[in-house]
Amino acid sequence: MRGNLLDITKLKVVFYTYRGVIKALNGVELWMNRGERLGIVGETGCGKSVTALSIMGLVEQPGEIVEGKIAFEDKILTSMNGDALNKIRGNDLAMIFQEPVAALNPVMRIGFQIAESISRNKKKNEIKQVYPEVRRMLELVGLDWKRTIDLYPHELSGGMAQRAMIAMALSSKPKLLIADEPTSALDVTIQAQILELLDELVKKFGNAVILITHDMGVAAEFCDKIAVMYAGNMVEYANTTDIFENPIHPYTRGLLRAVPKIGRTDELESIPGVVPDLVDPPPGCRFHPRCKYAMDACKEKFPSLLEVGPEHYVACHLYLKEEMKNAN
Amino acid sequence: MQTEVTTQYLIHVKHLKKYFPTKRGLFSSAKYVKAVDDVSFDIPKNSTFGVVGESGSGKTTLGRTILRLIEPTSGTIRYIETDINSLNSKELRIFRRKMQIVSQDPYNSLHPRKLVKNIIGEGLKIHFQLSSEEIYEKVKDILEQVGLREEHMFRYPHEFSGGQRQRIAVARALVLKPEFLVLDEPTSALDVSVQAVILKMLKDLKRDFSLTYLFITHDLAVIDYMADYVTVMYLGQIMEFGTKDDIFLAPAHPYTFLLLNSIPNPDPRIKKKKVIPMGEIPSPIDPPTGCRFHTRCPYARDICSNVEPEMKEVHKGHFVKCHFPLG
Repeated sequence: MRGNLLDITKLKVVFYTYRGVIKALNGVELWMNRGERLGIVGETGCGKSVTALSIMGLVEQPGEIVEGKIAFEDKILTSMNGDALNKIRGNDLAMIFQEPVAALNPVMRIGFQIAESISRNKKKNEIKQVYPEVRRMLELVGLDWKRTIDLYPHELSGGMAQRAMIAMALSSKPKLLIADEPTSALDVTIQAQILELLDELVKKFGNAVILITHDMGVAAEFCDKIAVMYAGNMVEYANTTDIFENPIHPYTRGLLRAVPKIGRTDELESIPGVVPDLVDPPPGCRFHPRCKYAMDACKEKFPSLLEVGPEHYVACHLYLKEEMKNAN
Repeated sequence: MQTEVTTQYLIHVKHLKKYFPTKRGLFSSAKYVKAVDDVSFDIPKNSTFGVVGESGSGKTTLGRTILRLIEPTSGTIRYIETDINSLNSKELRIFRRKMQIVSQDPYNSLHPRKLVKNIIGEGLKIHFQLSSEEIYEKVKDILEQVGLREEHMFRYPHEFSGGQRQRIAVARALVLKPEFLVLDEPTSALDVSVQAVILKMLKDLKRDFSLTYLFITHDLAVIDYMADYVTVMYLGQIMEFGTKDDIFLAPAHPYTFLLLNSIPNPDPRIKKKKVIPMGEIPSPIDPPTGCRFHTRCPYARDICSNVEPEMKEVHKGHFVKCHFPLG
């Protein structure tokens, strides 16, 4: 295993729709160690959420994992049945979502929902006993438990609901927390509060985090490592500083040049063209129609992942070529 | 805020208020959402006037009220010399040609069952007596200006990506040769690489058509890229106003300062300890007394919760509504 917590190899996921088969993931490679914070960044349709759902075993009809392997510690998640997966989900694996109010059960009180997740394997009459733990978790995420424990999700603001979700997710002391755009629906000041809270709690619990975001700023602040995805592939993977200071893949470079930043005086640069339709993706490297360095090889074959520096990986023919030159 | 003799202003807004009544209970009196609560400013001609704020700050209502898409509760809006509020519906319709809007969601702002040709051409039909050939030519020209092609005229909105739809929305606004454009979060629904294209295009169009923009967004980095002047709104009121440099380099209101501090910086070398506003954004139905920001302000003192601060000029053209401005 390349990472001692998670190792995803050649993951292919498709969705069968009336328009055709959407090739959502096209052989994703991704790995991480215990306690690490990995950011997955990319634009709409790049497959970052599908990757997360695959790890959680939540890819359902009309979607299907058609190829590849997800290893979590010593277990192969992709070959487990539902019951076995259920034991891992909500214990070792937990997830929080973009729309916290929608992710909570609208007809149950917050306290009960957290209690339920703490006492997953207990009998119904034992739920009462976990309430002290519920109160502790609510306090831990910065909510006044006396005020919030009996509220329904619609009575909470977005920020408060996300805090409740975090309490629920962390109550099982997961080894890996997947946060799918946890702050994208929130105002910037509330986003800052939630990120600070997550940072604090992750330090305290020592769990690993996958943070999925389209916001390069959020990724830069929170993550140790960043994986850049494009149209169903992981195209670059390195520690956060390398991604920002020494981006290698033409897509990563383009993406960073397109991000408006306060105090930035140069013009924004855009990436020509649009994200491809994944029903009929371009052959070879899926970025080649938008890439100014595209060569013949790019149209034919997807480049394999190459280590170009210490723990810096890129999937691009430009560097494969250079590698060959150096070898000769 | 203040009129200078040398600057020409296009829009004058004075003491603008827009209150929305909320549902009234059997025994309770009507309450109001004070979406815009006594806002005054002037927009210089050919400038990009940025309005930034979080949800509930009233920025969208402000944009719509200025165009009289929503009737104001009180206050005046003047377009150069014309009092927009006093126009009757016929006069207003003629006037509308000069003021257009591009809204946030390119998926809902275009009629799904009309061809692009008709979406863009409709305004031309209303405002100008043109033959269908002339309309066709004008639609074609404007599509090219926004980076689309003639063949796109015969397609429906669903055949376009988000970025292309936003181009169509911009084309629809610009085909009437307006002078003033309200851009209400024009890129918030778009991916960052597409956002960059649209922002650049808007900058170019502003120059080519000598437009004046009211640019509404929650994204301070976008405002920094686009705007000449920045207004920071919070719960229906202006907290701070100044040039872009005033706001970004020398923020005087604690809210502006903390807002800037809250933005995640896409530069991993900067790992500053953040000061961020405490608590949640209060409801605009029942905004806090005194300074509206005092409940979240780490610098608040007693006076802040009782007395509403006056707008004061900290230096020329830089206004702040705070008892204890920073700096």
